[in-house]
Amino acid sequence: MSILIDQNTRLLVHGITGRQGMFHTEKMLAYGTNVVGGITPGKGGQWVHGVPVFNTAQKAMEATGANCSMISVPARFAADSMYEAADAGIPLIICLTEGIPVQDMIEVRAYLDRLGVRLVGPNCPGLITPGKPGRAGMSGTKVGITPGSIVMPGRAGIVSRSGTLTYEVIYALTSRGIGQSTCIGIGGDPIIGSNFIDVLRMFEEDPETDRVVIIGEIGGNDEQLAAAYISKSMTKPVAAFIAGRTAPPGRRMGHAGAIVEGASGTAEAKIEALEAVGVKVADHPEQIVELIS
Amino acid sequence: MNLHEYQAKWLFAQHGVPIPKGKVATTGSQARSIARELGGRVVVKSQVLTGGRGKAGGVKLANDPDEAESIANQILGLDIKGYTVRKVLVDEAANIRDEIYLAILIDRSRRLPMMMASAAGGMDIEQVAAETPEKIFRIHIDPMIGLRSYQSTYVASGMDLPPKLWREFHIITTGLFDAFRAVDASLAEINPLVVTGENGLLAVDGKLSIDDNALFRHPELAEMRDVDEETESEREARQYGLSYIQLDGNIGCMVNGAGLAMATMDVIKLYGGEPANFLDIGGGATTESVTAALRIILADAKVKAVLFNIFGGIVRGDEVANGIVEALKQIGSDIPMVVRLLGTNAEEGLQILADANMATATTLTEAAQKAVALA
Repeated sequence: MSILIDQNTRLLVHGITGRQGMFHTEKMLAYGTNVVGGITPGKGGQWVHGVPVFNTAQKAMEATGANCSMISVPARFAADSMYEAADAGIPLIICLTEGIPVQDMIEVRAYLDRLGVRLVGPNCPGLITPGKPGRAGMSGTKVGITPGSIVMPGRAGIVSRSGTLTYEVIYALTSRGIGQSTCIGIGGDPIIGSNFIDVLRMFEEDPETDRVVIIGEIGGNDEQLAAAYISKSMTKPVAAFIAGRTAPPGRRMGHAGAIVEGASGTAEAKIEALEAVGVKVADHPEQIVELIS
Repeated sequence: MNLHEYQAKWLFAQHGVPIPKGKVATTGSQARSIARELGGRVVVKSQVLTGGRGKAGGVKLANDPDEAESIANQILGLDIKGYTVRKVLVDEAANIRDEIYLAILIDRSRRLPMMMASAAGGMDIEQVAAETPEKIFRIHIDPMIGLRSYQSTYVASGMDLPPKLWREFHIITTGLFDAFRAVDASLAEINPLVVTGENGLLAVDGKLSIDDNALFRHPELAEMRDVDEETESEREARQYGLSYIQLDGNIGCMVNGAGLAMATMDVIKLYGGEPANFLDIGGGATTESVTAALRIILADAKVKAVLFNIFGGIVRGDEVANGIVEALKQIGSDIPMVVRLLGTNAEEGLQILADANMATATTLTEAAQKAVALA
């Protein structure tokens, strides 16, 4: 099993006719994801890799009965796409787009919360539930851009604020035979949809996940909140890596949310909070394998 | 993007916040004529994008136009924390009775804008927060209903501001919030907001940070960027869409992905080295972006070794390897380099690099240890 996405996921891709949208739709289909439709205003009626394109999410919903949207549109249109998906009745939105203004995200998040829509991202690689090759092709499900070649099915849940750093950890785990239930990137922005606690709760309840890896970084206090939750409510073992021990204060390290402002945003404060509740924190990403085996 | 004090105050004033009369000068004689125009005492303030200007001698009072000119001449050209002063703001000197701290920023955990205020104005707010947290008032603002009058009153009364100033205080807080919204700020700060001897309120200093991701809808603000305040490398990195931050160490690093870039710096440090920079080349590692990134890294004379750490997911390892080899051909350098490639087509990529006589590594640990040994 897995969290959030599986073989019952019926996916809409917002921005399917764009270069990225097309490329990743092909990869997702090849991995076994049920991509049922795409949305690009003005391009309704076209087809992308055998997937029908619609002008609006409303029309796409009527035609396909989708239950998940992936947003892969330029930053200036991303808020609109999220509102559109939510208004069409989509219960789960995965937003990959990087560079959405923070004040837009404040309003988007408030609106989605009001409608009870779950958001993952923005500025994230999405999710992957590893599958196996079978007679009908791959049996995995991915919504996003995590390379299918580096994952393997198993029982470790991965949750991260980063992209390639997550691939690094997944790759190390896979090379040592530790498979994953679901790998989820929650995004590197200051305002995101699902946070560490939301995902930890899902992994805790998932019968097919028996241990969890957290990959955090400088900025905000989400890791500290996660530590409090772990100490109170998690029975499964958790290991972590926190990036940015050498990051100077006050400078934004690539991700919009990765900036040390005040004492709680430092890697040290996060590591201390996690270790205080018994979470093993790796000194370098490859060491996660030893801590979680 | 951070704006200068004079730009921030000007934008605040557009939304009804009272600011001192003043103008910007780039020469002493301009400062003299502004001071003459204003009449009376003026304050000459260096305009650089860093804090601690006062302590560095970059803010001074002048009693008359002659003194304004000589002080401006002293301050112009001054080096403040690595920034050269090219402009001064000449403001009417305020008659200061009390100083208030007032700011609007984003509270990440509550996911809302938050107003922060303290009667201990003029001081570093972090210091106030650490020493006397009870003196800081925090109000969350729901964008749906905006900043309400009762919220301003709660803060004003809490700070013991005289009741006859409460209405004016609310005009200033709502003006500041309007400015914050209008320019997509991540921080709008007035420190200090002065209670004057004439019983008015005046925003004597201002700070405004704009969300870079929102600049596409504010072309007029993007033009306010002071390119003189950027280093050559920062400017080039911005043009190529690279995320680059220079540090003090001697091992240059080029990585795809911000989290992995930070982790790479951390691992260098773990094995006894010091990273020279943070550099994320972003999603696609093309020959062009690799070449620009390498040029930027090597422009730092402290760099004694370079570590490439590329996770080929969507990007293919052999393409990246060709990009690196091509970049080196164009730039030419004796600095030792270690390349670590992982993921899609990594083996083909490593072969290409080995053929070009470059040091390669498979694990991050191995790569970092090699780079530290070479530096």
